[in-house]
Amino acid sequence: MAPRIGVVVYPGTNCEHDVVRAVEQLGASAGLVWHTTPSLAGYDAVVLPGGFAHGDYLRPGALARFAPVTAAVAEFAAAGGPVVGICNGFQVLTEAGLLPGALQKNRGLRFICETVEIEVSSAGSVLTAGMAPGTRLRIPINHFEGNYTCDGQTLAELRGQDRIVVRYVDEVNGSIDRIAGICNSGGNVVGLMPHPERASDPLLGSEDGNALLGAFLDAASRASGGSSLAGAPGR
Amino acid sequence: MTDDTATDGLGDRAVHAVSGPGDGTAGSAGVSSHQAPHRVLGLTDAELSAIRAVLGREPNRVELALYGVMWSEHCSYKSSRIHLRRLPTDGPGVLVGPGENAGVIDAGEGIAVAVRIESHNHPSAIEPKQGAATGVGGILRDIFTMGARPIAVMDPLFFGGLDDARQRWLVEGVVAGISGYGNSVGVPTVGGELTFDPCYAQNPLVNVLCLGVLPVERLVLGRATGAGNLAVLLGSRTGRDGIGGVSVLASAGFAGEDDGSETAAKRPNVQVGDPYEEKRLIEACLELLDAGLVVGVQDLGGAGLVCATSETAARGGVGMDVDVTAVPLREAGMAPDEIMTSESQERMLAIVTPEHLARVEAVCARWEVRASVVGRVTDPPPDGPGILRVLDGFDGPELAAVPAASLSEDAPLYRRPLRRPAELDARLADDPGLLPPPDDAGADLVTLLTDPAWVYRQYDHQLFTNTVVGPGGDAAVLRLAAPGLRPTERGVALSTDSKPRWCALDPRSGAAAIVAEAALNVACVGAQPAAVVNCLNFGNPEHPEVMWQLSEAIDGMSEACIALGLPVIGGNVSFYNESGGRDIDPTPVVGVVGLIDQLRTVPPGIRLTPGASIVVLGSLTGDGAANLGGSRWAVEVRGHRDGTPPPIDLAAHRRLIDLVVGLGRQGAGNAGVVGIHDVSGGGVGVTLAEMALGSGVGFEVAGIADHRMLFGEAPSRVVVATTDPESLLARAGGAGVPGQVIGVAEGERLVVEGLVDVALTDARAVWQNRLPGALDELAANS
Repeated sequence: MAPRIGVVVYPGTNCEHDVVRAVEQLGASAGLVWHTTPSLAGYDAVVLPGGFAHGDYLRPGALARFAPVTAAVAEFAAAGGPVVGICNGFQVLTEAGLLPGALQKNRGLRFICETVEIEVSSAGSVLTAGMAPGTRLRIPINHFEGNYTCDGQTLAELRGQDRIVVRYVDEVNGSIDRIAGICNSGGNVVGLMPHPERASDPLLGSEDGNALLGAFLDAASRASGGSSLAGAPGR
Repeated sequence: MTDDTATDGLGDRAVHAVSGPGDGTAGSAGVSSHQAPHRVLGLTDAELSAIRAVLGREPNRVELALYGVMWSEHCSYKSSRIHLRRLPTDGPGVLVGPGENAGVIDAGEGIAVAVRIESHNHPSAIEPKQGAATGVGGILRDIFTMGARPIAVMDPLFFGGLDDARQRWLVEGVVAGISGYGNSVGVPTVGGELTFDPCYAQNPLVNVLCLGVLPVERLVLGRATGAGNLAVLLGSRTGRDGIGGVSVLASAGFAGEDDGSETAAKRPNVQVGDPYEEKRLIEACLELLDAGLVVGVQDLGGAGLVCATSETAARGGVGMDVDVTAVPLREAGMAPDEIMTSESQERMLAIVTPEHLARVEAVCARWEVRASVVGRVTDPPPDGPGILRVLDGFDGPELAAVPAASLSEDAPLYRRPLRRPAELDARLADDPGLLPPPDDAGADLVTLLTDPAWVYRQYDHQLFTNTVVGPGGDAAVLRLAAPGLRPTERGVALSTDSKPRWCALDPRSGAAAIVAEAALNVACVGAQPAAVVNCLNFGNPEHPEVMWQLSEAIDGMSEACIALGLPVIGGNVSFYNESGGRDIDPTPVVGVVGLIDQLRTVPPGIRLTPGASIVVLGSLTGDGAANLGGSRWAVEVRGHRDGTPPPIDLAAHRRLIDLVVGLGRQGAGNAGVVGIHDVSGGGVGVTLAEMALGSGVGFEVAGIADHRMLFGEAPSRVVVATTDPESLLARAGGAGVPGQVIGVAEGERLVVEGLVDVALTDARAVWQNRLPGALDELAANS
């Protein structure tokens, strides 16, 4: 059975169809989950895609954290379900307290849209399981508030527990320790600023994102008790 | 003013000859509160008489306000329309031509493409961030009004020089406005143009093009039909922002006082944008259209509610009753004429049958979009046109009653006087080719290089994962895909171009060359040019020289479109780009849409690969190849703005396009082409340098005799890097296109034998740092 991926849509979310296209291309099935939905029953994994949930009013993710679906995501995560927040989704996860730290405005105070090189730092997450640390990937970033920050103790924990999932190879936005993505202590909740779904086809200049999404779908398959998608078309 | 009632294919509409400046045919003179009410609204005495004739009585205050905005230059095209008629608008693939909210062409396999281009020049001059942001918002509404999902935006921008603090403020603000609105509303900005010239110092130009896609069967037109149907206002509440935006602001020049008092006074005429509201409005409207719940939709842009209600009614041949008390307001105490003419953003008008109202309201509620019934469609009286009535409560007193079509279709048409500028012959004769040659052509070449990445890095240009070639290429290339469209291999290419320095000298050949260049740009990425849109940015139409420029530019554009087989499917005219009596250089901007049947590989792009041969297709030495008239080198390096721009042979150009379309696709049969770039601003020198900078591979070429051949901008030429020059030249020969090998791609230097020898790293440093060096320093100090 192909894993079924729930893609959360808040008003203002705009990358939901891109994520659906990318995961379907890798053999998964996907459904859009409206922000008022109180349950994620029936899904094997959940993606919070990029965009501007609730217009990013107040600050990114600050209003989305109060949506019914966000409570459902927290429940789903607590039960060990695979969750990835991409860009605005990462911001929502930090605002909701599912991941530590915060994403502040980029150093230089400008929006940045470009394809950058990132490096897998930990294989201990649902997004990077099975990948060799040090693997480099070319993945687009697209954000104004992507400058990850946290207190010293949190940073020490993230490092000590191998929870820094991906790092920028070069400094791009001022993030502490060049952090591009982190996970929770269970490794099942990941947030990252780069957009793997934008690196999902040779026509887009990179298909490196498929390695991350593929690992995530494998985790979803395991969560559903199914088999790996490793042989699925498009991989 | 004389009423000569000349007609020329305009039905029975009178065309009024205008004797000359100072005849009071427009409101560009300073507006003072001591003037008669109609003049404060931008209407002339003659226009007031015309309104009396339409109504058969004296208009009241509300009616006068309606005519004031609808008969403004911006809304009515009253000075340009008789000229615009000369553009070719028909073609086999055209589904909707000019006159609707957007042009639409058939892209094959049941997919249609909607395109429109507009200007937001005057608002951006006054409040750059909101001016540019609301320009994006407005053009998006024009596209989804047609039933299309907007999938790409492009922004041609024109500013004065970066050495001036105010220009840097304008650049910062405009880019932040486009970035802030476009990224948040969720439509990628995939390209544009960036031009710096002193003529734009007081009048920056902010043009915006939007492309949308739709299943052909979802195509809708902004029409109201069926008496008893409801006009439902969707989106934001109505406030006092933007009142008079089209009349007071966009239909007059700036007096040019440099104390800022004038622009400060006009700031309330600029609207304020909310991309989050627009995002929900887009999704709600597309859902309504998909579900077949609306008869027609119309965006509220310039001239607000009066424009949307009168245009939908006029197109449908009906009337409409509008209850101003039903319009949700942002502030108390707004007068009826303010409600009708407010340009508050993020609003749409949907025409709905009464039985669908509840479902429409439910869809809107889900998207948190306000929906209010503000009007009812009415039958026209048996003996006359449909009437737009403004009511104080549906059963309340009548505040205004005018024929709906008279607002949108009966504006006066002006045949303004034309005059070829007196100094033009002297300017044409002043050949920059006679200037002393540069001591170091390599140094001059480097000064002409600017990497626009500082701008487009701030734009989300990848959303929807359609962008195959983003900003920085000859043309943007997108997969033609969107949710709800069935997957195909089709692609679309987009380019916007301009040549204001040429148009200042010869608007006819300049405008023809712009169409030719934009078409060649889409060919360079493997797309077949299919349709043209234009944004005509000009000075004050009361200056006969400006009207001559417009007339000539339209003729040149028309000639090129006919020769290249391209229909014009939409356009926009922006007049009054003047300050203190000085007009901008004529700046027609052309957007060309190209179609790709099978988009399977990334086009070769602006690059070189080591060992590739470098070939020039088109003439390297022929007519005009050494002509520096209107060139970037003459103007930007030497400050010499005169001369005769190179001629264009449109038949030869068409042969080149036909050849290049096949070369712009990678894979078997493209003659080993690994890089391709057209020759335009800065000549062969800049073209080669940009290919080197785009790939990190240097070049060594010969056969370019002097700086005139290096920097001359003769059209109809393309530089190609190929691994198989023999087959490329054979193909060119077969296509009737001259071609020659001029050198090879290799090394880490830019070398033109006898002229240029520059290290790639040095060129790169200047190229990359030009914009950040000027603009990030500003941010650091502010």
